Amino acid sequence: MSRAEASEVSGVSGISEVSEITDVAAGSGTAEVVGVRKPSVLWTLGLLRNELVTTLRRWRTIALLGVLAAVPVLVGIAVKIETSDGGGGGGGGPAFVSQITNNGLFLVFTALAATLPFFLPMAIGVIAGDAIAGEANAGTLRYLLVAPAGRTRLLLTKYATTLAFCVVATLVVAVSALIVGALLFPLGELTTISGTRISFGEGLGRAFLIALIVAASLIGIAALGLFISTLTGSGIAAMATTVGLLITIQILDQIPQLHAIQPYFFSHYWLSFADLMRDPVYWDDLLRNLGLQGLYAAVFGTAAWARFTTKDITA
Amino acid sequence: MAERATVEPDTGSDSGPDSRPETGPDTVIATRALTKRYRGGQLAVDGLDLAVPAGSVFGFLGPNGSGKTTTIRMLMGLIEPTSGTARVLGQPMPRATRTVLPQVGALIEGPALYGFLSGRDNLLRYDSADPTADPRTRRTRVAAALDRVGLTAAGSKKAKAYSLGMKQRLGLAAALLQPRRLLVLDEPTNGLDPQGMREIRSLVRELASDGTTVFLSSHLLDEIEQVCSHAAVMAQGRLITQGPVAELAAGARGRLVVTTPDAGDAARVLKEQGVADVVVEEDRVTGEPPDDRDRDLAEVNAALVSAGVRVRGFGLERASLEDAFVALTGEGFDVAG
Repeated sequence: MSRAEASEVSGVSGISEVSEITDVAAGSGTAEVVGVRKPSVLWTLGLLRNELVTTLRRWRTIALLGVLAAVPVLVGIAVKIETSDGGGGGGGGPAFVSQITNNGLFLVFTALAATLPFFLPMAIGVIAGDAIAGEANAGTLRYLLVAPAGRTRLLLTKYATTLAFCVVATLVVAVSALIVGALLFPLGELTTISGTRISFGEGLGRAFLIALIVAASLIGIAALGLFISTLTGSGIAAMATTVGLLITIQILDQIPQLHAIQPYFFSHYWLSFADLMRDPVYWDDLLRNLGLQGLYAAVFGTAAWARFTTKDITA
Repeated sequence: MAERATVEPDTGSDSGPDSRPETGPDTVIATRALTKRYRGGQLAVDGLDLAVPAGSVFGFLGPNGSGKTTTIRMLMGLIEPTSGTARVLGQPMPRATRTVLPQVGALIEGPALYGFLSGRDNLLRYDSADPTADPRTRRTRVAAALDRVGLTAAGSKKAKAYSLGMKQRLGLAAALLQPRRLLVLDEPTNGLDPQGMREIRSLVRELASDGTTVFLSSHLLDEIEQVCSHAAVMAQGRLITQGPVAELAAGARGRLVVTTPDAGDAARVLKEQGVADVVVEEDRVTGEPPDDRDRDLAEVNAALVSAGVRVRGFGLERASLEDAFVALTGEGFDVAG
């Protein structure tokens, strides 16, 4: 093995952490069998792929998704039993619940409205909170870092995996609701909140869009959970703190005296996804929601990065 | 406290204790005044100047709490030093982790595994964390590493079902996923049965003969003596000594041992002959042989005999590394610092 090579590589990466991405791009796709191996752009994604597969194959993840899939089933059965007696049922309950009997597609909206305040963010809180703290707890963090995973790359991988889980979790709710809705109730044209009628196909498209918006609504809590995860060496503590914060924020959002700060709560605009069922779509709150989620991702993502890249790993 | 006696490795220059340690191509690990003070104010490592020559099997000794693991973590870029510098494979840590660590295999403070993954999947995960590891050869390299530590049959078992010894082997396998220039093994034989310990030792020797430098921390002195070519001794965060094992053991002088039924007389005569620290244990009298080298021990023996002491056995007990350690630290090996 050549030492000239080693010093040559050291010259390239002298700026270390910050130059990570350009550094990787500079590496060629081939590596010597012996001596200094160079990283490859494609190979650096290996960790993300492994992380996604590992996370989604875990029993804990499957159990969380199972609970989420069960919610539309329960709601659907409850509505079916309630209405089979002939009673129309009054108001109350989650949004769109009264329209489910006319059109099963509304079960998708109802299920998302029912899971968004608690079940979905709780599942995200578990995954995000455990992301770094769980690895620290098991001691596997030190082995990933000496592999070397790179602190920035590991953090980005964890955040990307958490966001992927947001999409998967939301889609699980939506698809489960669609199946239950189709089995228990008629499908067809549907009426928007504005009173216009749209075709079933367009309704399906909007349902998909709503699922994406709901998934995007979870970006903020995912970043917050990841930040908390870098603060502690206990996965349970990080999960509990994240879920605790979620509940606290939800309660504070209900107190009228706090209206001045409520627009900054990550959950404040969550239910604005219903505006997608207006005709034309009312975008103001939807965009405010997305902006707020982006803000949370930037602030807590940066905080997590600042914390994690300077932290002493003693676990 | 024992005073610091830094024995330079044979490749090093004749520099004094305050000059920069040799960081040439023949030094794989070089630290300079490396210091770590934890936030509580506790000084874990204090002004460490370590020099590990390339190709050596370097034993890193010290009682629990002497700063060995903190040092290893600083070398691996997991902990930022409070002051001082550390160079691994000629490059500064923790800045050069991305280029240095792919060439380093490490076992730090015991193995850590994903209990819900199989042994094989654990290795696949650790390998995928290395951006220089070719995914096309990943499965074959993992299989080879499992085979090397004797875990092929248990590779599909969940890691949480592994015994401590199996976990230790899997941790070693993770360190052997690639050809490495340096292996850092923290207590690699922990939790292994005697047969497993022998296997690991022969594995270490095998790796060293391939040219890999092995940095081995252990609390088992005989293990260091059996496997290591060089050693360093830490106590209370400070480096007490380092150098070739043979020199370290030679540094501590052997003890004169006289076996005799006339222990009392023997002790008196030995003292007269300039033997210091005479200790009587039933029919065994031991002591430090006289300082002046030109005084032949045969004369001491003759003095004993002419004084009418019946001598059954007379000899010099070879100093072990343990004697050297006790002489250097002035304390037993298992005392926490």
